[in-house]
Amino acid sequence: MMAGTASRDVKDVIQSHAIVSFWLAGQQFGLPIGDVREVLSSRPVTRIPLASGAILGSFNLRGRIVTVVDMRRRLGMPPRESGADGVTVVVERGPEVFGLAVDCAGDVLALAAEDRERTPLAVDPRLRDFASNFYRHAGHSLVLLDIDRLLNHNHPNGD
Amino acid sequence: MDDLLNEFLTETNESLSVLDLELVKLEQNPNDPDLLGNIFRLLHTIKGTCGFLRLPRLEMVAHAGENVLVKVRDGQLEVTTEVVSLILECLDQIRSILAALEQSGGEPPGHDGRLVGRLNDLSVGCAEQAGWTDSDAGPVAGLGLPAESAATALPTVDDVALSKEPGVTSQSVRVRVDLLDHLMTLVSELVLTRNQCLQHLRAQSESDLHAPLQRLDRIVSELQEGVMKTRMQPISNAWVKVPRLVRDLAQDLGKKIDLVMTGADTELDRQVLELITDPLTHMVRNSADHGLELPEERRAAGKPETGTIRLNACHEGGQILIEVADDGRGLSVERIKRKAVEQGLATPAELSALSERQVMQYIFEPGFSTADVITSVSGRGVGMDVVKTNIEKIGGTIELSSSKAEGTKIVMKIPLTLSIIPALVVACRTERFALPQLSVLELVRLPANPEQVIERIDGRMMLRLRDRPVALVDLRELLGADPPREEAPASDGTPASGRTAIISQVGGGRVGIIVDQVFDTQEIVVKPVPSILSDIKLFSGNTILGDGSIAMILDPNGIAVAAGHVVTGGRRTDAETSDQVGRDGEALSILVFRSGESGLKAVPLSLVARLEEIDLGKVERNHDQFLVRYRGQSMPLVRIGSSGELGKEGYQPVVVFANGGRPLGLVVDEIVDIVEGHMAIELAGSRPGCLGSTTIAGQSTDIVDVGYYLSQAYGQWLGVERRTGGGSGNMGRVLLVEDSPFFRDFLSPLLTTAGYEVTAVEGATEALELCAAGKNYDVIVSDIELAQMDGFKFAETVKQSTNWRETPLVGLHSHADPSDMARGRPVGFDHYVARSDKNAVLRAIQSNLTQVKGAA
Repeated sequence: MMAGTASRDVKDVIQSHAIVSFWLAGQQFGLPIGDVREVLSSRPVTRIPLASGAILGSFNLRGRIVTVVDMRRRLGMPPRESGADGVTVVVERGPEVFGLAVDCAGDVLALAAEDRERTPLAVDPRLRDFASNFYRHAGHSLVLLDIDRLLNHNHPNGD
Repeated sequence: MDDLLNEFLTETNESLSVLDLELVKLEQNPNDPDLLGNIFRLLHTIKGTCGFLRLPRLEMVAHAGENVLVKVRDGQLEVTTEVVSLILECLDQIRSILAALEQSGGEPPGHDGRLVGRLNDLSVGCAEQAGWTDSDAGPVAGLGLPAESAATALPTVDDVALSKEPGVTSQSVRVRVDLLDHLMTLVSELVLTRNQCLQHLRAQSESDLHAPLQRLDRIVSELQEGVMKTRMQPISNAWVKVPRLVRDLAQDLGKKIDLVMTGADTELDRQVLELITDPLTHMVRNSADHGLELPEERRAAGKPETGTIRLNACHEGGQILIEVADDGRGLSVERIKRKAVEQGLATPAELSALSERQVMQYIFEPGFSTADVITSVSGRGVGMDVVKTNIEKIGGTIELSSSKAEGTKIVMKIPLTLSIIPALVVACRTERFALPQLSVLELVRLPANPEQVIERIDGRMMLRLRDRPVALVDLRELLGADPPREEAPASDGTPASGRTAIISQVGGGRVGIIVDQVFDTQEIVVKPVPSILSDIKLFSGNTILGDGSIAMILDPNGIAVAAGHVVTGGRRTDAETSDQVGRDGEALSILVFRSGESGLKAVPLSLVARLEEIDLGKVERNHDQFLVRYRGQSMPLVRIGSSGELGKEGYQPVVVFANGGRPLGLVVDEIVDIVEGHMAIELAGSRPGCLGSTTIAGQSTDIVDVGYYLSQAYGQWLGVERRTGGGSGNMGRVLLVEDSPFFRDFLSPLLTTAGYEVTAVEGATEALELCAAGKNYDVIVSDIELAQMDGFKFAETVKQSTNWRETPLVGLHSHADPSDMARGRPVGFDHYVARSDKNAVLRAIQSNLTQVKGAA
């Protein structure tokens, strides 16, 4: 884990300026652009029996199987109103491909190191676990997520 | 680490493996200059590259080894066990330095002075004392001088002799595995796209795209096959280490061991190969350590001093069959019993109720070891249980047979590849799943009211299948809550009509998985389950089906565990098999089907590779032959028992016979059942294609002559084969002595198809007449139970007679009886196999032929 942290820091330095942003329940989030493969409009998924509630199912993306994670549930947020279409942010983690179901996609942003904020005190502990950094951008806060921690099934908040 | 070093590591490790092999060969053929040249070249290359990369420690070790080889090449040193051992030690040292180098990127600190000194002693010592050969002489055993002392005076290597490179290298390229995996993914994608196109095309009656899409179809199939092949590697890659291992073990244990490897070019998927390498090594080690006796013991037992370990691999119906056999003392049932009691695995009372075969299964129990003394070789508790678990993990099976006279034989069946497998697509509720075909034994359609056939014992469902209970698991119950957005199922608790129980092989036992619907079989590309889902034990992977949708792959083992049917060990199945064997005569599994106008027909299930349903629309008609594309090759279809016409559309059941890579499909009307029974021919058949009739479950049933249909489908080919006699296809002449018309008619076309020239006779008398007439055969295959003169008598006579004395004899038995086997050897049977096991028969013949040819 130590080595992992070190390399992530290096990655931060190189890539932190470019992030893909998206929205969940009015809060803006971001992922380093290098982690994101593409952003798709949400599509029907095949349910995976017995999977935890945060796993919506999987779909076929040009021959690769994408496992879709409901980001609201993963982050402990209230479920989206039914009928609202979301988008799927496709991320790659090693040989596995995941789809993060989010409310809507935002812009690709360039963040500067000086936009970084101290971790807010009143932040949800689950969010604190999954966040790698907090930023302030264009007047509101943005949480940069750590994809490895987010998709680690051993995580206590796996739901 | 830089690329150069990386390349060097890969290359050197490869060279070291080759060197191991070559050195062992050299030890056996000390005067082979080519062998020596190759060894020399390889070690020299290693040394040279080390120098180039500035790896002084490696260079010094390689150099000292090379100096010894120089002396050998110049005839100043003879190849002895000691010389080879020392060079092997030198290679091991190189290997361990390499391992450290790979870890840290640099040579580890340390000195190899002692080893280098001993090597130098050998190379310098012989210069003064030319003609030194004796093994006990000082130089090797003596302690080495400091490394630096001797190295200077040594001659440099003559580089000119080394310039010739084997030509093979230029014909192959190194490709990264992940690139191949990526290609595989792309091809799977292409296959899916093609399927969609074809589906679209079918919906339209006329289209200009018809021809191009047909072509695309074919090309994609070939491409898929080609890419699959790139991932295949010969099994010899897993065997590379075995000769060295066996040699070292023989040395350590003071035994004489011959290693015979056949089928080394059998190819299997790289991934599977990696997984079986360790289990294989373990089994060979066991054979050498426990199986084979010391030379004295062997001599006392009337066996040749040198024991044999056989490794054999071949393809069999989409699986790889691997055998590890030795001709040692076999497993000691008494010792296993004693150990089982000592280790608390069973009580003496329990054991006394078990048959020998059942007792032997205890060696697959965790923690079981029969070795009295824990040696460096085996007996460390990492035993056969690990082997069994590893094999089963990849969907394979492992079987063991052993007897005092014949030694021990372990047969493993493993899937060809883990990435593309045939699977049964099933549905439960609205969801579809794939179930690996390999674990499916049979499908049982449950009646509308399943309570008629399902018994409940302790709240568990059981199905009585041919008088044996099979535990049932309802997939619906396992899958828990209903999926959302689904119309209400038959919620009154009784399952809807027409559900199916899929009887699956699980560990050592069987489990019936009840599903709602069974669709068809598909070749699926297995993709691993993402780690985030890995705690769901029901699934072994997921896949994309032909229509592009996703299905989870069910894992029967996981299902059995989840349902609480924990099946451990192999004893349960073995109880079943020994049950079957135990019944007198030959109780066979018989496939009964209906076809044509004349009632029921049957074939032994052991001949059948698969039962399929084919789409008549896809059948190609070529003159009066029907062909269908089946698993990447074209399979002739024969319509059985009627005018021979075939409908143009719809689906029809087909019984597939895998005939040594040449499949044959018998198109039938209906598969009726699989029954256990006898196949005594009561009325000999007069019609072609029918061997006669027998009574199965009270009904008169025709026994189908598969050989007849095989020769009908491949008749032309067989004809050519016979005429060219002595050509490349002619494998040898076989005399078959068999009084049962069924087995005679079953074996002779089989052997003919395999390329042998077969003469079949009914009894020993006829055979001896041929002998008297001066006929000659390469192999004689004889049933041991013959009418007038039994097989043993026949064998004795043959071995005493003049002109057939040298001809190898293969004995056919109908049920394994150790006392028969003990009788068979002394009278001259070189092999002893079950006559219903066609592959064993073929292998026995082939190995005898190669022995004869090797000796000639």
